[in-house]
Amino acid sequence: MAWVNAIIQGVLTGGLYALFACGLSLMFGVMKVVNLAHGDLAVVAGYIAIGVITVTHVPVLWSVLIVVPVMAVLGYVLQRTVIQGALDRSVLTTLLVTFGLSVVIENGLLQFFTANTRGIGAGLPLVTGSFSIGSQIQIAYLLVVIFAVAVVVLLGLQYFLSASKYGRLIRAVADDREAAQLAGADYRHVFGIAAALAFGTVALAGIGYGMYSQLDPTAGTDTILLFAFAAVVIGGLGSLWGTLLGGVVLGVAQQIGAQINISDEVLAGYIVFLAVLVLRPQGLTSRRTQS
Amino acid sequence: MSLATESTARPAAGFRVTRSRRNVTWTGAGALIVVVVLALFPYIVYSGTTTIMVQAFIVLTLASMWNLLAGYAGLVSVGQQAFVGLGAYFVLILAIHGASPFAALPVAAVGCGVAALPMWWLVSRLRSGYFAIATWVLAATIMLIIERFSSIGGGTGMPLPGVAGLSPAVLTAYTYWAGLAVAVLALAASYLLLRGRLGLVLTAVRDDEVAARSSGARVGLARLLVFVVAGAGCGAAGAILAISQLQVQPSAVFSVQWTAEMAFATIIGGLGTIEGPIIGTAVYMVLQQTLAAYNAWYLIILGLVAIVVALFARRGLWGLIDDRINLRLFPVGYWLRLDSGGERPRRLLARLGKGVPEA
Amino acid sequence: MTAPAGAGRPADGAPLLEVRDLVVHHGQLRALDGISLRVLPGEVYAIIGANGAGKSTLLRTIAGLHHPTAGSILLDGKDVTRLRTERRATRGIVLVPEGRRLFGSLSVQENLQVGATYARPGPWTIERVYEMFDWMRERRSQRTGQLSGGEQQAVAIGRALVANPRVLLLDELSLGLAPVVVQRVYGMLPQILATGLTVLLVEQDVSQALRAAAHIQCLLEGRTTLEGSPADVTAEQVEAAYFGLAGAAPASLPGEGSQP
Repeated sequence: MAWVNAIIQGVLTGGLYALFACGLSLMFGVMKVVNLAHGDLAVVAGYIAIGVITVTHVPVLWSVLIVVPVMAVLGYVLQRTVIQGALDRSVLTTLLVTFGLSVVIENGLLQFFTANTRGIGAGLPLVTGSFSIGSQIQIAYLLVVIFAVAVVVLLGLQYFLSASKYGRLIRAVADDREAAQLAGADYRHVFGIAAALAFGTVALAGIGYGMYSQLDPTAGTDTILLFAFAAVVIGGLGSLWGTLLGGVVLGVAQQIGAQINISDEVLAGYIVFLAVLVLRPQGLTSRRTQS
Repeated sequence: MSLATESTARPAAGFRVTRSRRNVTWTGAGALIVVVVLALFPYIVYSGTTTIMVQAFIVLTLASMWNLLAGYAGLVSVGQQAFVGLGAYFVLILAIHGASPFAALPVAAVGCGVAALPMWWLVSRLRSGYFAIATWVLAATIMLIIERFSSIGGGTGMPLPGVAGLSPAVLTAYTYWAGLAVAVLALAASYLLLRGRLGLVLTAVRDDEVAARSSGARVGLARLLVFVVAGAGCGAAGAILAISQLQVQPSAVFSVQWTAEMAFATIIGGLGTIEGPIIGTAVYMVLQQTLAAYNAWYLIILGLVAIVVALFARRGLWGLIDDRINLRLFPVGYWLRLDSGGERPRRLLARLGKGVPEA
Repeated sequence: MTAPAGAGRPADGAPLLEVRDLVVHHGQLRALDGISLRVLPGEVYAIIGANGAGKSTLLRTIAGLHHPTAGSILLDGKDVTRLRTERRATRGIVLVPEGRRLFGSLSVQENLQVGATYARPGPWTIERVYEMFDWMRERRSQRTGQLSGGEQQAVAIGRALVANPRVLLLDELSLGLAPVVVQRVYGMLPQILATGLTVLLVEQDVSQALRAAAHIQCLLEGRTTLEGSPADVTAEQVEAAYFGLAGAAPASLPGEGSQP
């Protein structure tokens, strides 16, 4: 029974990981940018949420309404300035610049907020409460909510990309940037929109993580970025729902690892990631082989 | 109304291909002098200074390795800390079993080079960005695996045995010389590698990968070689780290901060030039020493400078210097000397790092 | 380098699209070396020449994908040389690139929708494109990767048309298409012109170009070697211009003295 519990926990945490991953996946799919500062930006969003809550005393969930748009705007600006500048130089430069950003952000956070961990909404019934199925299975409300949010976000992204004008433009630019320009689309603006979307999801990821666990300056890389990446690779590049599957597989692997040996939780996840990398590098959902 | 008349061809002039200019003899002599002077440091300066120098040697080694990876082979690895940690742990494990840490140093380097092979097998198929994160995940995985073994300190680490017999002054001196040797070897290795066939292949790939492959260059092999060498080099640096710290802690030796330091130093100094890491290390050490009191500030400033340099001054500080005074301390390119007297020598092959020669 | 117009082409007509002494480099290679041309409203203007002559470069530069080293491009008398690609498209210069370059993950309809996103006002709509290509409506939800070459070409043209361009640039329409299909595609040109468009096209197939165009220009190694209306040039002149045969008699057109 403890195993069933572990698997359920794993599946639900997969939702959080999918939230981590979809921004990373989006930016890579559209702009071929691997944003190494992805996780740190999620942590920044979490800290902003903490700041907003502390200053304005709004309910925790309302902070989402403020932080997500703020991060989206930040994403647009960052993309149009720094990231586009790096893209214009070379792929190498984008990696160097985003890595630099990651280190600067982390150390900046360390400097101003110290290494102390902070949580969001600690003490709220949503965060601490759970319900039981039978005697051995306990499911935290928060995890269910986060999973639901992840599904909604993925549905929303999918709908946006398939049915809206900008969604079409984003897909067109991702397919063939030059042809999109010839059709009158300013690809830099389209990239900005995609980045805004990605950063919006990153904000949700950061807040979710802050509620589920504790925020600290290094969580961006230690946890969020690496888990996001693992989820994307396991699930398969180029597929939004693949990221959910990847997140779920990662979560389940971790929980099973924890059942075997409590300190092997993270390691188990990485081992599954490496296995997928070796056996099926295109990921579980992708039909093409990775090129 | 005219039909095309060509004559875009210039009459072929007589020319010679030379390896380098007169700089190199001076550089060789100069380098030798520098190394000799440095080797005398333990007799001349305070131990505080030699400790700082050891740090500098570590960063210089790491930077020249990262330069090989990112500047020449186009491999941006954010997981080199894996080798730093492995190098440190190789030394620790051997010391635990009775070997002298200094004797363990070359073993650590070789061991890390060997360890690079399976790691390459795991990540080599990935493209740039994903390659980068994958190396990071690998490093994290290796750290987690090592932390499981309490016999080598588990998650908290342990002190380095095997140095009890040496007096502090002697230990400091030996550590210093070991660090100096590793740094010199690292620079020499990268110079010699790039001067030879490997350098040619890598530059060709950097300029035009498809063309390079189709002309027979063994691109995959070249990259593998660089990855292995870089692994060994970072491992050696990790060994020096263990020796200089006299303890090995997983969170310290496997910290991504090492990659940050080597990357920033290389970028600021000049990515894709051999002189770059030297300058970058100097900048790094100056910043670190002056800002030592302000905790993480030196990394923040270093990072910001690196970002600005990456965006606006691709070839870093050395590139800026090189553009002005046309100096090549470590020549790895070829020069075309035209026999028509008075005409400035033109660069035949891309001076490594500069790409297509301008007319 | 501009020659006086041949018979039937008003010598002082105001051009819709004008290129003056365009010089374009690819790295160190001089791809275009002082090209000039004038395209009058409502005509079909063809650029011919061997591979590497610079034809596609010319079209791509007009569309904004390359920056010229020197020279200028004018649309309706206004200088557009500094404009970015997407701004030129919204001004009315729309290129159907070589190789079609459809959006592979988008359906036929979505490709057209993207083309129409920044469209100028005008007669062309997605509906109208469906009317011109009767098969397209049924297949509009299909991914473009599943279409044949000729069908893809049609979608690419349709995508450009729905933007309601003033000048339609067609780059190597016939590339990779069976002759029958090529005929059909060129057969649509009159319909397109009838809606008020002007067409500047690049064509490998010289005879096709001579049939379709009102005015042709031949390029060789980045320079113009011949210009005139198909009625006024002989096959020998075209051949000489195409291959750059030295020693052939300089082309002379009615109304000008012979000068190289």
